[in-house]
Amino acid sequence: MMRLPMFDLRAPRTTDEAARILAGEGANAMLLAGGTDLLPNMKRRQQVPRTLVSLRNIGTLKQSQFNPAGARLGACVTLTEIAEDPRFRNGYSALWQAAAQVATSHIRNMATLGGNICLDTRCSYYDQNYEWRKSISFCMKKDGEVCWTAPGSERCMAVSSTDTAPALIALGARVLLRSGAEVREVLLSDLYQNDGMNYMLRQPGEIVEEVRLPALHGWKSAYWKLRRRGSFDFPVMSVAAAARLSPAGVVEEARIVLGAVASRPLPADEAAKSLVGRPLTEETIAEAAAQAARLAKPLDNTDFDMSWRKKVTTAFVTYALRDLRGDDMTSVNLSLGRHIL
Amino acid sequence: MPREKDLPKRASRDPKRSGDDLRVIGAARRRVDSRGKVTGQPIYADDISLPRMAHCKLLRSPHPHARIRSIDTSRASAHPGVYLVLTGKDMPIEYGILPVSQDETALATDHVRHVGDPVAAVIAREELTAFEALDLIDVDYEVLATISSPEEALATPEPRLHTYGEEGNIHKRVSFEFGDVNVGFAEADEVFEDLFFYQGSTHLAMEQHASVAAKDRDGKLTLWTSTQVPHYLHRSLAKVLGMPTGHIRVIATPCGGGFGGKSDPMNHELIVSKAALMLDRPVKISLTREEVFYCHRGRHPVLMKFKAGVKKDGTLTALDLQTLVDGGGYGSFGVASTFYTGALQTTAYHLPRYKFRACRTFTNKPPCGPKRGHGTPQPRFGQEVQMDKIAERLNIDPAELRLRTAVKPNELTANFLQLGTVGLSECIERVVAMSGWKDKFRKLPEGRGVGLACSCYLTGAGLSIYWNQMPHSGILLKLDRGGGVTLQAGTTEIGQGSDDVLSAIVAEILGINTADIRVYSGDTDLGPVDLGSYSSRVTLMAGNAAVQAAERAKAMLAEVVAERLEVPPEYLVFANNHVFDPGAAEKKLTFPEAICLAEAKFGTIGTAGSYWPPKMPAAKYKGGGVGTSPTYTYSAAIVEVEVDPNTGWLRVVNVWNTHDLGRALNPTLALGQVEGSIYMGLGEALMEEQDFRRLPKKLSHALVHKAPSMLDYKSLTSLDMPPVYTEFVEGPDPRGPFGAKEVGQGPMLPIAPAVANAVFDAVGVRIDEVPITPEKILKALAEKKAGRAPRFGPKHFPQIQWPEPLRVPPPWEGGDGRAINDTPKPPKPAAKVEKVLSR
Repeated sequence: MMRLPMFDLRAPRTTDEAARILAGEGANAMLLAGGTDLLPNMKRRQQVPRTLVSLRNIGTLKQSQFNPAGARLGACVTLTEIAEDPRFRNGYSALWQAAAQVATSHIRNMATLGGNICLDTRCSYYDQNYEWRKSISFCMKKDGEVCWTAPGSERCMAVSSTDTAPALIALGARVLLRSGAEVREVLLSDLYQNDGMNYMLRQPGEIVEEVRLPALHGWKSAYWKLRRRGSFDFPVMSVAAAARLSPAGVVEEARIVLGAVASRPLPADEAAKSLVGRPLTEETIAEAAAQAARLAKPLDNTDFDMSWRKKVTTAFVTYALRDLRGDDMTSVNLSLGRHIL
Repeated sequence: MPREKDLPKRASRDPKRSGDDLRVIGAARRRVDSRGKVTGQPIYADDISLPRMAHCKLLRSPHPHARIRSIDTSRASAHPGVYLVLTGKDMPIEYGILPVSQDETALATDHVRHVGDPVAAVIAREELTAFEALDLIDVDYEVLATISSPEEALATPEPRLHTYGEEGNIHKRVSFEFGDVNVGFAEADEVFEDLFFYQGSTHLAMEQHASVAAKDRDGKLTLWTSTQVPHYLHRSLAKVLGMPTGHIRVIATPCGGGFGGKSDPMNHELIVSKAALMLDRPVKISLTREEVFYCHRGRHPVLMKFKAGVKKDGTLTALDLQTLVDGGGYGSFGVASTFYTGALQTTAYHLPRYKFRACRTFTNKPPCGPKRGHGTPQPRFGQEVQMDKIAERLNIDPAELRLRTAVKPNELTANFLQLGTVGLSECIERVVAMSGWKDKFRKLPEGRGVGLACSCYLTGAGLSIYWNQMPHSGILLKLDRGGGVTLQAGTTEIGQGSDDVLSAIVAEILGINTADIRVYSGDTDLGPVDLGSYSSRVTLMAGNAAVQAAERAKAMLAEVVAERLEVPPEYLVFANNHVFDPGAAEKKLTFPEAICLAEAKFGTIGTAGSYWPPKMPAAKYKGGGVGTSPTYTYSAAIVEVEVDPNTGWLRVVNVWNTHDLGRALNPTLALGQVEGSIYMGLGEALMEEQDFRRLPKKLSHALVHKAPSMLDYKSLTSLDMPPVYTEFVEGPDPRGPFGAKEVGQGPMLPIAPAVANAVFDAVGVRIDEVPITPEKILKALAEKKAGRAPRFGPKHFPQIQWPEPLRVPPPWEGGDGRAINDTPKPPKPAAKVEKVLSR
């Protein structure tokens, strides 16, 4: 079998202590939340930290609170907890749909929201074991020089594959980062950059402590995901859409974010803007969908043919906006994933 | 117990259904090993841990094709915790599953042929240590030109992957003509020419291969391993290790699935055996999922060209089939697989003239071999989709077309295969009725469709893998004074339920419960030879041997009980743990009492049973042995799909299927086999691909498996399965034990073509290759929209230098099964007298 490399395991009880360990160990340490991404990666030697700092014993990271200003979610709230909480299902639907569609129920039981936000970018040249990567002389993301997805590229083209981040960005989420005694709060969208290796602007000593969602105040949202199997897979293209609608159904404000078509969640601001001041009709939806799809530039480093992934982006933006509008999406859901979300 | 309503309906072709007096056979039962399986009791190979056990890891080639100039293992050997480093020179003897393809060595001696080909082995105290030491082995490779496809292999005779084979990188060509197909095409009203491609796929058994070898105190070797073929492995071990088979014991551990992937002797099995003997320590290896993809032996990718002639009424006049088979780096079962890409094209629909040519090439990829359906799903896909096109053009309902052309029971086919019972027409009629086909076909709204396909499969290969005249299966029974029965078999329980089937047969005949029988199977020391769990042979062959062994024991018991009760032995009934005269209630003995009497008279009560397949008198031409079988099964399936014309997204809505299995010995098991087959068929139809990626040639010579992991190699999970509706068509076949035929492979075959045919019914495009993906459907829809041929599939079949075909006139042209242009062979030793068990 594939064995984990040797490592030291630390399990602090407070974020302060975790931050101290992290500061002391520097680049040799990594945070361990649910472990569903990191531990398999370690078996494949994609990451080989000398020290793992487990967040499991830090109770404050597992709490979530709802108040009139919105919601606060500890970074170690599991995806199952989100998927089973009616306050998300009935309010922050995009987040609920995203969390409920991550991998399998076994993985959702372990995986955390913070972990999914920080999920390593994925690529079919990178998500392979040590021997496989050796047989292509490795790639620039780990141990090698070239990006095999685009050999002329200066940067790594690995794909942002988090489901929850596009949904959270569409919902206007902010995150709280702690480094020692210092705490900063940033828009989640500002935490990412379009680089497969340095996809997050999180500093090595920083811990994602909390996700903050603004109050809903009329916002509706939806998350739609392309994958081969409704039971299992990472997204290979996804759409999160959120909009604040007037009582008459006119869009007052909107956000559309594409997932898994770049190295970061990709806001489609122009497309979202095209909806403002108009009702969600088939025409306005089609216009926004076409605009958003133009941004998607999938490459040949995930499942499915890249040109097809681009082609069907329009359809998925359409699904998300129709869902947000309140259409009955049962048959599309059944067709895509064999389940009703 | 399984609930009756969950079990498939069973239509009997036999109006006076025999077998109503059976008590165990035919009843839906829990399998004998079910409690252990569901409570996690079986000790799989990877669960075995022995004192002083060492761990083995293999260094595998990072290059798709290279010569090894030198290997320096000194740094690895000196690494703390490393016990031993082996290389090709430590075990250079060649082996392979087929006598004609002895082309593997356990570790490469000087030539690696695919990424993942093993080069050296490290045996260490810890598995992690062995893994780390792999990087300390220095191998100097001379990289060679790489062949990634059969087309490239044909165009690139040098460098050769192997020095044997036909020429260049062509491993094997076969060429036959059964009747003059040109006459057939001249008689035809329409001639259809179609190209098809069937992608390769892997078995994806849940359990990765694992083995533990240990040297016994007397110097003998024991190997525990996850295998389907302990007997063939036993022979390879003896050859490579240079030991007599009597000093080697192979124990097939409980198996987490094989599907053909554990039917070859595997390099790691030989390596740990050698290491255990050298170190005098148990040595274990547990392959990673990636390594299983490198062992492979999976479905051959096959390019096919079908040319069929038909009359206006649908009668077939001729078929000319060419196949081009991508073999990968080694022979494996490939020669047999190559024959199988055309052997069964005559067994479903009556074909008066048939020409078949096939070519297998070597490529720098893991070797292909046998996967469920072995070589036949590919041409079955082509033939069934072509039948659908024929039906469309001739304006005949596809079900009706097949009913008109279906073969008849006991037919001798154009290529001299002797059929047994044939339930094809009943399968079609039942599946048409249960699916509501007549209300759906060409009547569903745009985007919805149904497709029909049928199939035929063997019930056990008629020939052993190596030429010999001995039985294919043997069973030993021992009856204990207390009433317990011990059954020793060489069969391999790979999850299909063979232990249960053998218990049921013996329990039925001796009138006892399966709970009173203990089965020891898959152990070369304890059981007589059985050739293995492949070709759907175990129920029929080992089952018939079990019938013989049990009947022999029953006869001994009947003799003594008849004396004691003073009734003629033929009056006696064995049931409910008793032997009695149904005409006289007081005349009875318990089963243990009967055994004691028999033991007092005859001594220890042990019997043996054996099975030889019927000698095939029909096919006498060279190569005619492939495709022969004691009898054949038939299946029909209808698949309903939904296609989104906007994205090409494909959803399978329902699957209905019927299978002619002779008799369901345990319907619970039979249903499991059918549903498992359909799962596998859908995986291949919709998404599975053993696909490779070549990096830009000017930057790299890499040729790597695209997705050697269970996450990225896409296959359905249980949550992705559509509803499946199954009915059995039963009509006991006299060649099978209690009339049973196979059920483990045949039901897979019609699934992929039924999906393709359903897609055509839904949106009017032909996808002439598998997997059938949304991308391909959308491309075909674009072709349709542009007014071009509404199709996605291969466009070209390369020119191949075919040898002069062996010309064998079919039976109706006066043929006697011999080729008329073959060079005479020296006479073989007199063949064994036919031994078919009759009951």
